[in-house]
Amino acid sequence: MSVTVLYFAALRERLGKSSETASLHDATTVGEWIAAQGRVDPALADAFAGPGAIRVAVNKTLADLHAPLTDGDELALFPPMTGG
Amino acid sequence: MTVTPQTSEIVVRVLVQEETFDVGAETARLLADSDEVGGLGSFLGVVRGGGGLTALCLEHYPGMSEAALNDLAEQAVARFDLAGCTVIHRVGRLPVGAPIVLVLTSAAHRAAALDATRFLIDRLKTGAPFWKREEFSDGSSVWVESCAEDDAAAAGW
Repeated sequence: MSVTVLYFAALRERLGKSSETASLHDATTVGEWIAAQGRVDPALADAFAGPGAIRVAVNKTLADLHAPLTDGDELALFPPMTGG
Repeated sequence: MTVTPQTSEIVVRVLVQEETFDVGAETARLLADSDEVGGLGSFLGVVRGGGGLTALCLEHYPGMSEAALNDLAEQAVARFDLAGCTVIHRVGRLPVGAPIVLVLTSAAHRAAALDATRFLIDRLKTGAPFWKREEFSDGSSVWVESCAEDDAAAAGW
């Protein structure tokens, strides 16, 4: 049971990686996964503990921490968007 | 390239690309799609210099950026009385003065075209997965942070 995780922009640089395959950790929501992954990846926990909001998308659709997460999903984590 | 014919022959054209775009050609293309157009709305965003800034690097989330712009364009079509719209967003390294984004809307009457143009640019700045990093002449660079004004403009619709 795993998820593909993508990191973008300042978060990608901060973590030093743009993507990884990670355990689902029996999480059923994005928030549960972030909490569980944070226990094995302190840098990720630090990124979420610090100032500045982080946005999430599941399977290329904007989501929030309550969004369901299942085996094989593509989870993306990134800073607020600054296009245009 | 994505060209998605909509119902009622409304044409939505969304592109995310490194290369620049031809505003005249895009305008002509949009006009050619309908003979019931009375006007076009347009917004052209360019890289603003000053403070030693030399370029912007635009990162995006491939696949989601196109989907998010398509979704916004379809929202604009549903909300305003448009004949068509075009949204082109560039990515990669863009020097001062370079075009970044083009929003074109066509409609029978000006209010729909102008309102839809502003809706699209306001929403895409905070609602589509693009991120800007500023590069300066001293070699430093910094990620652009989201600003309250942009959030308020997007929420105003």
